[in-house]
Amino acid sequence: MLENYIPIIVLFGIAIVLAIILMSLSRLLGPYRPNKNKLNPYESGMDPVGQAKERYSIGFYLVAMEFIVFDLEVIFLYPWAVGFLDLGLEAFFAMTIFIVILFIGLWYTLKIGTLDFSMKPTLANR
Amino acid sequence: MAEAEVNSYLVLGISLFMLLNSAALTVYAERRIASFIQNRVGPNRVGPFGLFQPLADVVKLLLKEDVTPIHSYRFIHTIAPIIPVVTALMTIAVIPFGEGIYVTDINAGVLYLLAVASLGVYGVTLAGWASNSKYSLLGGLRAAAQMVSYELPLGMALASVVLFVGSLSVVDVAASQEYWWYLFLNPLGAIIFIIAAFAESNRTPFDLVEAEQELVGGFHTEYSSMKFGMFFLAEYMHVVINSMLITTFFFGSYHLPFAGYWLPEMSPLAKAILDVLVFTAKTIFFIFVFIWVRWTIPRFKYNQVMNLGWSKLLPLSILNFFVIAAILFALNAA
Repeated sequence: MLENYIPIIVLFGIAIVLAIILMSLSRLLGPYRPNKNKLNPYESGMDPVGQAKERYSIGFYLVAMEFIVFDLEVIFLYPWAVGFLDLGLEAFFAMTIFIVILFIGLWYTLKIGTLDFSMKPTLANR
Repeated sequence: MAEAEVNSYLVLGISLFMLLNSAALTVYAERRIASFIQNRVGPNRVGPFGLFQPLADVVKLLLKEDVTPIHSYRFIHTIAPIIPVVTALMTIAVIPFGEGIYVTDINAGVLYLLAVASLGVYGVTLAGWASNSKYSLLGGLRAAAQMVSYELPLGMALASVVLFVGSLSVVDVAASQEYWWYLFLNPLGAIIFIIAAFAESNRTPFDLVEAEQELVGGFHTEYSSMKFGMFFLAEYMHVVINSMLITTFFFGSYHLPFAGYWLPEMSPLAKAILDVLVFTAKTIFFIFVFIWVRWTIPRFKYNQVMNLGWSKLLPLSILNFFVIAAILFALNAA
């Protein structure tokens, strides 16, 4: 079965080589005349103010955390989805409980407003 | 065994070549269809009907200066454009183009597709973060949050297909649609999958990642020459790839509707040609839908996008999954 993965590795190699060739071609063919103004980050023609490494909205961190939790739960469903007819009634009820718990978690998340970007005051961003 | 391997590398070469060309053609098609929708002419000067326009664009991009802004993380800034192109190219490894025409058949194909698709987020996010520009950073953050959010409904919609198939191999998914497409058995899953696919490829109405009016160019504000070209190429390759995935999982892959009931026996060569033609026709149709939607529907607000993903599509997709599981289980027990 493992030899089925060989074409994927070959494809990965081809893709990387192709991408690097494409990128280095423009280095070789294009001009290179840097100056200070050209190398500044774009800020609508003004001199850039400060760095772009300051703090940003906590909402993005919350989305990332929620994603990890729910993505793991989705991945748990896959093995069951493949064999759920053979696993029988017991596994079916176990999965029902699992999905209900997942739903309660989702409901709580939405209720508390962690994923609400509409700038209204919620429990999470107050 | 030896013959099978030659065959799979042949398919690999041809499909890689076709994918790269179809990305270029999609750029051309987008510009022509956009101008048709907006009552303009569009590119028609370079070659017959302007067909060589993408080629001219690539040459132009190659001859431009490659600027890396000051204070950026040079290394990450350079490798970021490679990631989306590589992940887009790697997807074709498991997609069957016809009966027995595929690069490789791995028993975790659906998981492989999900894994490769989620790796694409890194390219966009790292590009936005490494540029050290405020517009780029905002674009990258939006991209990360949006793509991550829509991966969940996408995954659940695929899981609801896996329920029918009982296998994670994409080849089995395609083969099992000979009689009934999953569009008919699982219409809600199909709708959720199509919406999530639009969001994953960052196309309008979900193109907040590069909303020109607010963020200039979003994550690729600070990219020039072929580095920008790589992001551009990756976006259109993702359109093609997502059209293929919609076709494969919900629109019968290479099967005509209800083909098992009425399609007569054919010689292997004729069947192979028919399969590839059917698959290509469906893919082209969905590429057209992608373009059509882009020039028809305006962009959402950011909170609307997140709201749609988390409080509508995700619960709906989980419910859809569970109801289908319960029905199949009851039918099997009866």
